[in-house]
Amino acid sequence: MAKRSFGDSFKAFFQKDLVQYIIKRVLMFIPTILLISILVFFVIQLPPGDYVSAHIAALATEGELVDADYAASMRADYGLDLPVWQQYLKWVKGIIWTPTDSAYYRLYHSHHNWKYSFAYGRDVWSVVNDRLGLTIGVTAIIMLFQYLVSIPIAVYASTHQYSVGDYISAIIGFLGTAIPNFILAIVLMYLSYKWTGNANVGLFSQEMLQNGVHLYNFGDFLKRMIIPIIVIGTSGTCGIIRSVRAQMLDEVAQQYTLTARAKGVPEGKIIMKYCFRAAINPTVSGLGGVLSSLFSGSTVTALVLNMQIQGPVLYKALQSQDMYLAGAIVMIQAVLVVIGVLLSDIALAFLDPRIRYSGGNR
Amino acid sequence: MAKRTKSKEDYYLASQWTLMARKLKKHKLAQVSFIILAVLYIGALFADFLAPYSLDEFDGLYRNSAPTEIYTIFNDEHVGPHVYKLAKTIDKKTFEVKLEPDLSEYYKIEWFVHGTEYKILGLFPCDLHLFGVGEGSNGGTGAKIFLFGADSLGRDIFSRVLLGARISLSIPFASAFISFFLGVAIGSISGYFGGVIDIIIQRIIEVIGAVPQIPLWMALSAAIPAGISTVKMYFYMTIILSFINWTGMARVVRGKFLSLKNEDYVMAARISGVSTWKIIWKHLVPGFMSYLIVSLTLGIPGSIVGETSMSYLGLGIKSPATSWGVLLQEASSVTDVAANPHKLIPIIFVTITVLAFNFLGDGMRDAADPYK
Repeated sequence: MAKRSFGDSFKAFFQKDLVQYIIKRVLMFIPTILLISILVFFVIQLPPGDYVSAHIAALATEGELVDADYAASMRADYGLDLPVWQQYLKWVKGIIWTPTDSAYYRLYHSHHNWKYSFAYGRDVWSVVNDRLGLTIGVTAIIMLFQYLVSIPIAVYASTHQYSVGDYISAIIGFLGTAIPNFILAIVLMYLSYKWTGNANVGLFSQEMLQNGVHLYNFGDFLKRMIIPIIVIGTSGTCGIIRSVRAQMLDEVAQQYTLTARAKGVPEGKIIMKYCFRAAINPTVSGLGGVLSSLFSGSTVTALVLNMQIQGPVLYKALQSQDMYLAGAIVMIQAVLVVIGVLLSDIALAFLDPRIRYSGGNR
Repeated sequence: MAKRTKSKEDYYLASQWTLMARKLKKHKLAQVSFIILAVLYIGALFADFLAPYSLDEFDGLYRNSAPTEIYTIFNDEHVGPHVYKLAKTIDKKTFEVKLEPDLSEYYKIEWFVHGTEYKILGLFPCDLHLFGVGEGSNGGTGAKIFLFGADSLGRDIFSRVLLGARISLSIPFASAFISFFLGVAIGSISGYFGGVIDIIIQRIIEVIGAVPQIPLWMALSAAIPAGISTVKMYFYMTIILSFINWTGMARVVRGKFLSLKNEDYVMAARISGVSTWKIIWKHLVPGFMSYLIVSLTLGIPGSIVGETSMSYLGLGIKSPATSWGVLLQEASSVTDVAANPHKLIPIIFVTITVLAFNFLGDGMRDAADPYK
């Protein structure tokens, strides 16, 4: 049998059935996004009262009285007098297209409109956009760390089953999962303060905020990433270690491993070329779940550690009942997770031909 | 030989639950976890009695004070465990106010002291507390015993950990039960009927699963009206936590239904005219009950973390009621924690509980697996 190189697999990537598979997956992506938007809109609608009444109450505390006519006209402007399903459509329209009707345009001059954030006095999209890049960046770094740390550990643990290292990795992994993220953050913050006299809170120092992150202060930035990486990263590490380890143990016991060993393939090659390739698949398919738990874990942790990502914005939005902003953040995170699932499905089809041939009925 | 046949016979005749219990007994970690959890839950049940102080008792003098030190020797004489009252002293040079034990008289720690009134299990009025501080050796009063120190208002953290456990330990349990019923009902509809209903329900589960848990919980908590009573708050929190957890359960139930619904015994029941609901609850659900209980147990730690995080953020249970999350609010700033490390004590309880549920769930999963 001819040796299958990376180039060959890359050609296989563009095979007809794979393209069909990807198209099918992308099409399935659309109803999922629609359902998420309905769920998020449901959450937005949940709090008692609408945001015009919240706004009026806020004005009243500043001593400004608002009459009923003004309130009614404001409701009409925002479309709050419409039936719920029309409000939903309007909201979706606001997400996808530039609002063209005049009232919208006067109220918030922006290209994309996710309605208006009261807490920030700007439109929601610009508030979300402020921290979106950093949120994705931080999450990506943590995710990279997770995989880089947990996969070698898992391979080691599976090849040295029941060794001391195996037990230690299991214990650390378990503690990481069991201790709630924000609690670990508090404890590490305290220890860091006690040992180094610096709590290393926040992603950027005052100096970085003024001058930006450059090469000379990049070390400090990395130092500030240590606690978030440990706190948010360890929670998922255990899951990955466990699943890869279990898969590896299954694969090592398979007959093809025995055959390879019998014909004299070196042990390292057996592990890396045969077992590992087969064992990695469930981990690839778990990417969406990992992403979801990262967002979940980072939300509260970011508040404790004062990180400049979306968690604190969500919190502030909820405190001031700014539901459109809160909804937008939840929606963005959910969509990112779904994109993660989509990418992992495609990667899986690339790695494992069986999936694209069977049409991917997972 | 006869004995061996007997034990073999026992093994074959044993019910599924007996077998599970037997396997669970071999799992030491799960057993220890079970005992720890039992102690915690019993402690929470009798929290009023075990805690020396009630929720609203405070002493301004003891604000942020470290755990009360317990002594046994007074003036070279062994008088048994006792504490000293704290007294304010002012440093004459720096004018710094310090709290130091007043060594002039001692206060013995006594068992079964009378304190604030409460109701045992909410039924019988009583004012006995397991332990407390008695009168001073010179007839003085007002000494306090704060085993875990005091919070920023001078309230006993030990008592509050115990009293807070009632909320922190019961909300996840209650929400687990709601998710159980929701999960079984929706999962069985999905698995039993199949077709379009199945596709729709599966999509919904997928979507709820895609939304990150804690942000969704936080967003849902915004729907809770402000200024409601603790009981209502408790109720809402339970509902919110079960809003996500039922999906895992429903998935398990659906999978089991798909594999079981074409079994002969189900067919036989259907032919003899048993109603659909009766088939589901009487014939199908008992068949995979053990899996459900396992996934329930494994879902509880997530709810504990959820409740704690939300209360910590002030989106859940609020003062004057307390839970472990509310207690941890005191530990939110580094300077505060650095000055009063004893405020981190509630963390130990959260961690132990979450770990214990994880180990117990793991043990139960192994026990429920017939191939092991």
